[in-house]
Order: sequence, then structure tokens, then C-alpha cells
Amino acid sequence: MTIKKFVVGSFDDEAVLFPAVKKVRKAGYKIHDIYTPFPVHGLDGAMGLRDTSLHTAGFIYGLTGLTTALSFISWVLTRDWIQNYGGKPHFSLPAWIPIMFELTVLFSAVGMVLTFCYLCQLAPFVKKHHFHLRATDDLFVMVIECTSKTNVQEAEAFLTAAGAQEVNVQLAETGWWLGRYDMEKKLFENKTETVTA
Amino acid sequence: MIKQQFEIPSGYKKWTYGLLAIGIVAFVAGFIFLGMSKDEHDQTRFWAVLLQNSLYFLMICNAAMFFICALTLGHSGWQITFRRVPEAISAVVPVFSVVALLVFIGIIMGHQHHIYHWIDKDAVANDSILTWKKGFLNPTFFFIWTIITVGTWSLVGRKMRQLSRKADEGPMSVEEAKKYTWNSTVWAAIFIVAFALTTGSTIPWLWLMSIDAHWYSTMYSWYTFASTFVSGLALIALYIVFLKNHGYLEYTTREQLHDVGKFIFAFSIFWTYLWFSQFMLIWYANIPEETIYFKTRLQGAYRGIFWFNFIVNFVAPILILMTRGSKRNYAVMTFMSVLIILGHWLDFYQMVMPGTLGDHFTLGWFEWGTLALFLGMTMFFAGRALTKAPMLPKYHPYLKESLIHHT
Repeated sequence: MTIKKFVVGSFDDEAVLFPAVKKVRKAGYKIHDIYTPFPVHGLDGAMGLRDTSLHTAGFIYGLTGLTTALSFISWVLTRDWIQNYGGKPHFSLPAWIPIMFELTVLFSAVGMVLTFCYLCQLAPFVKKHHFHLRATDDLFVMVIECTSKTNVQEAEAFLTAAGAQEVNVQLAETGWWLGRYDMEKKLFENKTETVTA
Repeated sequence: MIKQQFEIPSGYKKWTYGLLAIGIVAFVAGFIFLGMSKDEHDQTRFWAVLLQNSLYFLMICNAAMFFICALTLGHSGWQITFRRVPEAISAVVPVFSVVALLVFIGIIMGHQHHIYHWIDKDAVANDSILTWKKGFLNPTFFFIWTIITVGTWSLVGRKMRQLSRKADEGPMSVEEAKKYTWNSTVWAAIFIVAFALTTGSTIPWLWLMSIDAHWYSTMYSWYTFASTFVSGLALIALYIVFLKNHGYLEYTTREQLHDVGKFIFAFSIFWTYLWFSQFMLIWYANIPEETIYFKTRLQGAYRGIFWFNFIVNFVAPILILMTRGSKRNYAVMTFMSVLIILGHWLDFYQMVMPGTLGDHFTLGWFEWGTLALFLGMTMFFAGRALTKAPMLPKYHPYLKESLIHHT
């Protein structure tokens, strides 16, 4: 949860953004993220992001749900509370399959939603830093993370040369925790966002 | 260099004629040793195997047209670059319709009452259940409805293919493109309605479920549909991979194959859903006249085939086709497509055989030979249909959507 320095460049065209991403990566800058108003096909590939592991997590949650349902129902109906349902065997798998299926779906769905929120750093009461408010409207906002070796002026000039409409430097907190930003009042006192209509 | 016109590669020809040769030898030998045999088991085996194969291949080829029509109706565009593949497969429908009709004539006129118990007039007269079903299960209605069905499939399918060929003629203006899309939508809708009234409901009752004339299941038609649709998709996937490997379908990318893979994955699970729903209701109610169907399959001689069928058609697709990488991989998709086509062929086998041959079934030279015959016929006619149209409907209004398709 440290506060880091970011160079933020806003682009108003995808056609400019893609070559810019390529140039920025080639120059060795570390792209923190790119905020776009809509999902841009191929941008993840251009940024060199690896495929998400969300589906692997979903598979594991599903297996967990399946195991939970099977072990609980079988424990209840064969050991804890044995009952005779229409003369069926106590261990009657076909009747349990719908419930096993439903718990599989429930666990994987809920688990994936929570994991997704975690990966996107979303939770109730967490305030997120917006690098540029127009990222939700009509601008593609590229955020470069400054390391100890980054020359900020050079990075700004580089983004302008790559076609950015607006470039500025912002301090923002990386990582997240519940209510973290509420405690860091200072961050919100000096507003760095430039909103132009 | 884009290869616009399909020319049948020599390897394809070799396989086609090889399979046809094996199939014809098996068919002739089967006709002499089984079909003309005095033994009723042999005769029944001959006709049951022909019934299983002709219906299976007729319905998977028709599933290709269902694929086109369903996607046309959904105004989808991603399939346009390889649309000529399912079209070519569906062009085999009239051929297999004739084959199936010949098989029906052989069974019903030849009085093969071990296959369709309800053609035996004396048995029906002394059987209250069959007497009650007489209005539906009788040769006249059977033939009329079958001819209407295969006729509709063939004719509306032909109309859809003709409409598709219009996209080769020249650029369309916006008005023309709108009219073209509307026309395709209307004809696709007609096909879907016909398909729902036939494959989706009545036809599997007549053709397959009436083998067990006393038994019925309202899931049966959907089960048959799911089985044939997923195999039809697997056949389309096989052709896409084959054509890609021979330098055709330049604009069909892994994105399209990925989507076909998703369809195969999803409909394998859909098939299992119906497989289980049909089983569970019968298991739960435990009424003897219903459980008889699963008695032979689950506890009788078909136990092995029944569970093998479940593993091949559910466990394998769900585990192997689950990841993104496997649906985009040519080798995995080819393997799974072959597995699914054979798996559902076996599914049809266990739908037909217990009611006809009972415990006297064999999975021997005649069964595999007939499979070779029908595979050879599918390859021969589908390959010939592929050569007749350019591989890409160049001026189709939705072509661009397909070119930039991205999953």
C-alpha cells in the first residue's frame, strides 16, 4: 500500500493508442494499466497481459461445491439422519445429482464474482483513485508507473510524442485495503484530476 | 494466393473410395449372409444396423442445416467465412433421405416386425397399448409423415443454399442487402419451424422410439436432437480443420474454430442434461413399463456400451474441451470431433439395438462396415457439394463481421 508516482497520458483514438502502447513498451516503461470507456479487443494482447486465471479459479470452486454437496448429502442421508424415501437405497446418487449440480454452479458463480472483485480491487467502501474521469466516457487513459530510474519529464515528453492529448503526473496509492483511502485524507486534498468538458 | 474453389485433394479421395469400398463389400456381404438369411436374428441385425446408420447420418447432415438456420435467425455473422462447409454437409440430406426411405420400405414392406413391433397386425389387435397408438403408429401415417419430413428438409435446405449462392453474384446495395437478409431470415424461420415439428418432436418418436412401441419418453426427441446436433457440429469442425490444413478457408481463424468448439462443449453438456433427465424421472417414479427401457441398458447386456457412451460423450468433452487452448487447437479439436461422432454413433446403436436384437447383439464386421459405408457416402457427397460453390460468400452482408470476429 505505498503511494507511487504515475505518468498519465490520455488518448482520444484507439488507432493512436495501439501504436503508442507498442512504443511505450518498447521504450521499457512499465504500464500500470490502461483505462478505456469500453472493452477494446486485442488491447490485452498488445499490453502483453497474460490470460486471466479466473476460469481456473472457477473450476476449483465448482469442484469444491460438488464435493461439498456430495459429502454433506451422503453424510446426512446415510449416517446422520437415515430415512426411507419410497424404498430407494439410502445412497441414491441420481436423486442427488441435481443438488450437486446446483451447488457446483452456486460455488463457482459466487466464488468467481468475489474473485473478480478482488482482482479488480473492488469492494464496498473502497474508494478507487480515478486517473482521469473521462476514462469512463471518451478517453483512453494510459498510466505509466514510475520506478526509481524513470525520468518523469522524459516520460511525459514520450507520451506527448506518442500522441497523447493530455499528460500529467499523479500520485496514487497502489494495492488496496478496506477503507484505506478514507484514512489517507491528504491524497484527496490536492486534486490532480483535470476534467475538461 | 487464396484458394477460392475447392478441389478434392487426393488424400480425401483415397479415404472416400477406401471407406466406400469397405462399406460396399460389407453391405453386399451383409445382404447375402444376413439380409437373405433364414435366421430371424441375422435379418433383424441387417435391418437394425442399416436403420441406425441411415438415420444417424441423415440427422447429423440435417443438423448442419439447422446450424445455418439457427445462426441466420439469430442474425449472427461469425460463421460466414466457413458457412459453405455446413451447406455442403447439408447437401447430403436428399441422398440420405432416399437411403432412409429405402430402409423403411425394406423394414415395413419386408415385414421386419422385430424392428417395428407395431407393423405386426395380429400383435397390435391383441395389445391394448398398441391398439390405442394405432392412429399414430401405422405404415400409412409413417410413410406420409416421413416423406413430408425429408421432403421439407431437402427442399427448404436447397432454398437456403440457393439464397447463399446469391452472395457470390456481386456487391449488394444497402436495400438489396436488407432484402437479402430478410429473405434468408424468413426461409431460416420456416426451416426451424419444420425442424421443431420433426426432429424436435414427432420424427424420433416414429423412427426410433417406436422400436420400443410400448414405451415412451417425452424427452426422447430432444435427446435425439442433442445427440445429432453435437455430432453435426463435430463434423463441421472436422471439415474446418481439414480445409484449413489444405490451404482453404483463409479467413476462418482460430476464433471461429473456438466458437464451434464452444458449441460442441455446450451441446455435449446439453445432451448429458437430457440423458440424465430422461433417466432420473424414470428411475424416481420406478414404474415397470417405464423402467423396462433402462433395465436392458443398465443391468442387461448393454451395460458396458451404456457407460462407455456416457464417458465418451460427457466426461471426455467436459474435461478436455473446457479450456480455451483445447478449443483453439487443431489436433485436440480433431480428436474430440472424431470421438464425439463415434460416441454418438454408439449412442444411436444403444438406442436401436436393445429393442430389436435384445441380448443377441454383435458389434462386428457388419456394424463397422456399414459405418464405413455411410462415412464414405457423407465424404463423397459433401466433398462433391463443396467443389460446386466458392469457399467464401464474397458479397454476403455479414462477411465483415466474420472477418473481424474475435472471441
